[in-house]
Amino acid sequence: MSLNTQRNISTNPTPPPSEGAGGRTQYILEIADNSLILGQRLGELCGHGPSLETDIALTNMSLDLFGQVRSYYQYIAQLSEEEKTEDDIAFLRLERDYKNVLLVEQPNTDFGYVITRQYFFDVFHLMLMQQLQYSKDETLSAIAKKGIKEVSYHKRFSGDWVKRLGDGTEESHERVQKAVNDLWPYTNELFEMTETAKAAVEAGIGVEASQLKEAYYKEVSELLREATLEVPESKYFHKGGKHGVHTEHMGYILSDMQFMQRTYPGMKW
Amino acid sequence: MTKHKLKTKNKFPKAPLLGRGVGVRIMSEKEIKNLQQIFEAKIARDEKIEPKDWMPEKYRQTHIRQISQHAHSEIVGMLPEGNWITRAPSLRRKVALLAKIQDEAGHGLYLYSACETLGVSRDELYEQLHTGKAKYSSIFNYPTLTWADMGAIGWLVDGAAIINQVPLCNTSFGPYARAMVRVCKEESFHQRQGYEIMLTLCNGTPEQKEMAQDALNRWWWPSLMMLGPTDDESVHTAQSMKWKLKRKTNDELRQQFIDQTVPQADILGITIPDADLKWNEAEGKYDFGTINWDEFWQVVKGHGPCNKERMSARVNAWNNGEWVRDAAMAYAEKQEAKKVEKAS
Repeated sequence: MSLNTQRNISTNPTPPPSEGAGGRTQYILEIADNSLILGQRLGELCGHGPSLETDIALTNMSLDLFGQVRSYYQYIAQLSEEEKTEDDIAFLRLERDYKNVLLVEQPNTDFGYVITRQYFFDVFHLMLMQQLQYSKDETLSAIAKKGIKEVSYHKRFSGDWVKRLGDGTEESHERVQKAVNDLWPYTNELFEMTETAKAAVEAGIGVEASQLKEAYYKEVSELLREATLEVPESKYFHKGGKHGVHTEHMGYILSDMQFMQRTYPGMKW
Repeated sequence: MTKHKLKTKNKFPKAPLLGRGVGVRIMSEKEIKNLQQIFEAKIARDEKIEPKDWMPEKYRQTHIRQISQHAHSEIVGMLPEGNWITRAPSLRRKVALLAKIQDEAGHGLYLYSACETLGVSRDELYEQLHTGKAKYSSIFNYPTLTWADMGAIGWLVDGAAIINQVPLCNTSFGPYARAMVRVCKEESFHQRQGYEIMLTLCNGTPEQKEMAQDALNRWWWPSLMMLGPTDDESVHTAQSMKWKLKRKTNDELRQQFIDQTVPQADILGITIPDADLKWNEAEGKYDFGTINWDEFWQVVKGHGPCNKERMSARVNAWNNGEWVRDAAMAYAEKQEAKKVEKAS
């Protein structure tokens, strides 16, 4: 059965006791924080791309991701019992409270890393959105439906570039192979099911990400082979992001991102 | 300096030709004179000159210079604002700033395209920028030190740019005029966006208002300089006016900018850093203080606060992207070869 038609969301109508606004918020953060941190990383590249066309495309993806982030965080603010805004959620958490995967915080080492990171994320992201559209949570379902169009474009862009770089010149092949090898160990975390995610699946609002894994590696491996690249054999993977345990890069990302909100607390911009 | 020899595409012959499809043949003086008359009559009737029309070599060169300078200003102008994307204070501001800078990349793209219709390639134009042969607006050599600079750039720099650019929507060269219609629409949106950042700061805390005042202090004079040297110093004005590449002189544009901006500063409640600025009732305009032209020429000649940083950012982006562009070309060639092989 193809993933597009398969529904990995439970149809169990009764939410388990662990599912409340808090659990739902945590689950949304696991999804939304990926878009926030990847959007931030892509934002760093604005004005520095290898051509005007790629510059515009990368900025576009950053804009799409931040657009998604705003929808998710506005929803979290709505769910919250306290007076919160999207910006409180984006800028005023401690590092441990950001739940993005480690993949998206990896640096913009070169265009090969940027594109590989993007592709590895996009394939997962599209699969996730395609399932999340069936969420019983109407807001999440609506965000996912809108996201599918955007993320499909992201995947086409990044996938096409992996092919160009892999099957381009000797130099581009070597560079993108190195990026693939270095970023591969961050892919498995995408499918980790936290307790929060399990509860969200039980409640019918979340996606059983672990079930996307097989199709993900199949699709990614096929494209890498088409790009004349080797699929890494390493079975050693990194994780921690979904529990707030990040790489050394994260502190720097946050100190940039939170700079204004931390320096001038409580002000409107 | 770029580290590789650029490939030159679209290199048009320098000698005036009779037109495409007729074959390359050098024209007689009489024929050229005839074409010159047709050209001048078109300009006089406010008709557009199109890329395939005959045009004097000097007209072509002047347009390449001005349009490419404009395109370069758009892409170098992305850098000072790009400096604040990762630190934008709210998600709404971050998205708006990203979109604004993306618009500038878009302006660069269609201005380079307009320029290419004159027979010069984008690669050649980049090389002129990277080697310092081509200039860009000197304002982008000033640093962006606080968030308020994002407001000041939109309000003042884009404001001055609009004043410069609106008359270009009617300029004689068709592709440039059409590009400018779109550029001006977007610039006017950017200016309102910048002013709104300033307004928010000025209605905020004393710290925020101080930040806005400090930005105005630093950006005011460079914005006035942005409209170009005084009329008696401007070497290109007379010719450009004749070709309708310019409709007002630098000093006229500057006066217009000042007269329009002073009341906007009053609404914000911040002070323009010019002790000599006062309303001249008799002439119906503002008198203003002396511009420090030494500073202007220092920056134009490459010794402003950020000239080196801006240029090395552009050159690095280009050099670091070389392998990517090469890969794309190689891949396209391989795909093409596969297609041919399949067809045969």
